[in-house]
Amino acid sequence: MAVIEVRMQPTYKRMEPLEIAEKIKESFPMDVVEVTSFRDQVSIIVKKDNIVDICRYLHDDPNLSFDHLQDLCGADYLGKKEPRFEVVYNLYSIKYRNSIRVKAQVPEDDPRIRTVTSIWAGANWHERECFDMFGIKFKGHPDLRRILLPEDWEGYPLRKDYPLEGPEKEWSGFADAIETAKKYREFDWEG
Amino acid sequence: MEQQVEKILETRELNVNMGPQHPATHGVLRLVLDIDGETIVKVTPYVGYLHRGIEKLGESLTYFQGLPLTDRLDYVSAMSNNIGYVVAVEKLFGIEPPERAKFIRTIVGEMSRISNHLLWLATHALDIGAMTVFLYCFREREWILDLFEMICGARLTVTYPRVGGVRNDVPQEFLDSLYKFTEEFPTRIPEYETLIDKNRIWLKRTVGIGVISAEEAINWGLTGPTLRGSGVQYDIRKHTPYDAYDKVDFEVPIGTNCDTYDRYRCRMHELRQSNKIIKQCLEKLPPGPVMADTPKFTLPPKDKMMPITHPTKEHAYYIDEKVCKGCGMCLRACPAKAIAGEKKKPHKIDQTICSQCANCLVVCKFKGLKIVPGGKGLSEDKLKELAAFPLPEEITKAAEHLVEHFTFIKRGPRAPEGEIYVATEVPKGELGFYFVSDGSGKPYRMRIRAPSFIHAGALPRLCVGHLVADVIANIGTIDIVLGECDR
Repeated sequence: MAVIEVRMQPTYKRMEPLEIAEKIKESFPMDVVEVTSFRDQVSIIVKKDNIVDICRYLHDDPNLSFDHLQDLCGADYLGKKEPRFEVVYNLYSIKYRNSIRVKAQVPEDDPRIRTVTSIWAGANWHERECFDMFGIKFKGHPDLRRILLPEDWEGYPLRKDYPLEGPEKEWSGFADAIETAKKYREFDWEG
Repeated sequence: MEQQVEKILETRELNVNMGPQHPATHGVLRLVLDIDGETIVKVTPYVGYLHRGIEKLGESLTYFQGLPLTDRLDYVSAMSNNIGYVVAVEKLFGIEPPERAKFIRTIVGEMSRISNHLLWLATHALDIGAMTVFLYCFREREWILDLFEMICGARLTVTYPRVGGVRNDVPQEFLDSLYKFTEEFPTRIPEYETLIDKNRIWLKRTVGIGVISAEEAINWGLTGPTLRGSGVQYDIRKHTPYDAYDKVDFEVPIGTNCDTYDRYRCRMHELRQSNKIIKQCLEKLPPGPVMADTPKFTLPPKDKMMPITHPTKEHAYYIDEKVCKGCGMCLRACPAKAIAGEKKKPHKIDQTICSQCANCLVVCKFKGLKIVPGGKGLSEDKLKELAAFPLPEEITKAAEHLVEHFTFIKRGPRAPEGEIYVATEVPKGELGFYFVSDGSGKPYRMRIRAPSFIHAGALPRLCVGHLVADVIANIGTIDIVLGECDR
């Protein structure tokens, strides 16, 4: 039989998350802005310029080996923090069972950051969604289009200045859909 | 002549739309296939047809109100989604549910896994062409849904787990019926397996289809049985145990050939392991409460929630003219429109219209509203006279409780400032919730990491190079639900 059942025993020496943060600080002293900790989860806030190098280091270093990109998302801190946006990378190492959160600061006037699709292929759709919802552009992304919303949608819904009930002006495709529905309702099937 | 014919009969790739209304796409998924003959050259998935903006909605709701939204993510295993949400919120609040609640949640979580895998097997086999499996699977799935109905009244959108525990304790009939299920279910699994396990058509359609190596599967972000089929030992129940998973004994099946058939075998083994977990939990189920006793973060039990409800029907409410500032709060809150008055002048309640709902009592910031016990139907002067007397203690306490409860529900429990990412193992893979809290009663940012979304993203990688018919097998094997994919 091809499938086997295994007992998962941890065979690793676990590194404390703060230790990992220190390691990154040593390797990239100019980029790390702040290290925060909440409920045993450590986040490292970094500048956006070297994000690919930092991610590459976290992914490739044999002692860290953060091979699993759990999540990539944006966050908007309008009027709370400066710079306004953050791109959040939740990383996990399947081998060592460590997790760490890297947050890259993205300013409002230049919402661009380099893509990490070359490191984790799964980041492709995450980045498209982040662009769709926050308008953050990922430089070098192979296929940066809107993903959940229609291509001609205006505005970025998860930004804090976007109203919850939606924009005042209706989406142009919506009128078309109603028009088509009306047309087919009156369709004479008999004749 | 030949040259002319070649000019007219050129060979080119064909562009085929599959979906969004295609029964094999498990929802509204649209795939644009570029095909060269029968071989797939390129696949472009289009998602978003079911986008409801749940992340945006979650930011405008309190942590309690956000819970029912999670049912609508992956609607075939709603219980697991609920558990994922409450585990994340509990970690954010820093509260620990009681032991019994943890075991109950593990039981219902595994039941949800069984029902999800059964539905997956049924539809996956149906897509490939095995009709009979569908009927067998739905027989057992029906049993599980009936059990869900027994504990919470709903079959699909359950909303049974709560922040700090579960909604109510399970009845004895539920435990009896579930125990019977765990006894019988292992004899039912071979019934499905004999139908397809060594079926020649099934093997032709699944073996060697959608092969993805372990490194690549991790790189694409695949999780759950889809990843374990490639031989990666990654199961969140083992890596970072939540609920009662560290107290039960189970093993994790992994595949070796990285193809659709191995992923199918993995899920079949998972059915057996889930059954084993449920049986252990039933045997170990400890007595005790099912809700954490943390009044700052969790709701009190229902019978203690509104002790004032019944007596209010006998009470009368009276506005003290000396205290009332005429702010108009009670005026707006009154559903019966019994309160009249101008701004900045004392208001008055029309006792003939008043429905004794106590809304005005709750909203008044100046404590200008007085309760007159048993004062229903009395005249205005009599009420004024009675309102001057001090109230019995139990009524004052009950009134305070009501006001507290109102603000608690309206504003929501205040989470500590911080951010958290908590992942749980749902049947489809890793469901993660990322919360950013700014210290208010609502999440500042709620992010849902949906496994179906990432799996749908890896679809082009699995399909390219195979035949058109294998697209169906590949959609089935990654086990996606579009409600979760589009959020």
